[in-house]
Amino acid sequence: MERQQILYLWLAEGALDTETVAWAFHDGTQGRGPSLPDGEPPYKTAIAALEDGWFLLQSPAPYNLQPGLEHETSYLPNEFIFERRIAVKG
Amino acid sequence: MPADDHRLTTQEMARFVAEGYLRFDALVPEDVNQRVIADLQALESVKLRQALGRQVEGDVEHPESLTPLSQCYPAPSVIGEYLRLPQIQGIVTSLVGKDPLFDHDFVHRLPAGSGYKQHLHVDAVIDDPAPSFDIQIFYYPVAVQAGCGGTRMVPGSHLRRTRAEGVARYQHVLGEQQFSGPAGTVMVFHQGLWHAGQPNPGDTDRWLYKIRLNPQEPQVRLWNTDDFEALHNDPRDHTFAHMRGDSVAQVFRKMEPWQKGHEARYEQMQRTKLWRYLSGDDRYDVDYYHTRIEGRARTSGLA
Repeated sequence: MERQQILYLWLAEGALDTETVAWAFHDGTQGRGPSLPDGEPPYKTAIAALEDGWFLLQSPAPYNLQPGLEHETSYLPNEFIFERRIAVKG
Repeated sequence: MPADDHRLTTQEMARFVAEGYLRFDALVPEDVNQRVIADLQALESVKLRQALGRQVEGDVEHPESLTPLSQCYPAPSVIGEYLRLPQIQGIVTSLVGKDPLFDHDFVHRLPAGSGYKQHLHVDAVIDDPAPSFDIQIFYYPVAVQAGCGGTRMVPGSHLRRTRAEGVARYQHVLGEQQFSGPAGTVMVFHQGLWHAGQPNPGDTDRWLYKIRLNPQEPQVRLWNTDDFEALHNDPRDHTFAHMRGDSVAQVFRKMEPWQKGHEARYEQMQRTKLWRYLSGDDRYDVDYYHTRIEGRARTSGLA
């Protein structure tokens, strides 16, 4: 059977080749699958994650700016989500 | 801070605006650090019983919200002795005025071996856009070894308007820190700084006394302003025209490792807005972002 590993990368800008500034890893294999590479961050860019076998699930779309809030800062805006499916024994 | 004046300097205030916190290693005398533990043990018991909805009347005296700080923890309280230290008063006065209001306090003790771990969060609820702010003072009366329950925090995150638990999704942020340091170390946080409690695999309890204070007066130039005129730049301090290398603007240009790319310009604009409030100079700017926009608005009759 298969289990999902999920990787969130927050990038400096909206392009996949910009630098990783934050990350999160969720492992549905309970440690039976591969782990992340050593290093902080584990992938310097999202391209490096693709090259390591991660599949892109979601990338952020540009959004309309609300008048008066154009210069506000909030959550990290460039959130990319990846998965890889790992075969595990039941 | 200068030895004879415990208020913060302009340089320290600028760093607080940019990074959202200041840290003072071994600021509290060891004698107080040792004696305060008994007070903290008693207060912890009260707070925990109250959190469980149990009666605590007639127990250890502890202040109600809206009490002026000067009336909190009268002598012989050792917590009060800590709060009345000149060096703590200097920090408090500089950031939230001479007699701010007590909001709440708490004793965060992480027993040796505790696996308790929090997600990254912001305390309380989302803040309104007003530039005024509360402070939270974190006091560690016992030394904290690296990786042994020190508070995790994200420098520079305090000016982002987020829901309290909305930042829980960030497991790792480039440049985040976990506190470790000597006994008596104090950190003062802007209310909006992202932070989280961490496990304590060590063999010593991790003690933290945290107090939140609300300003009662405008937070305008309350610090030691001896260096203000020398450091406070005018709106012409502009990276792409003429730039000073020794001004408050230069402090605001330094970004945290996670603040990369064009996003950093918006961070700079938020820092500028907070400095306008603190300095009382509504024309203050760094790299011309606000000045350009405000000038166009005046030209078009919209301002």
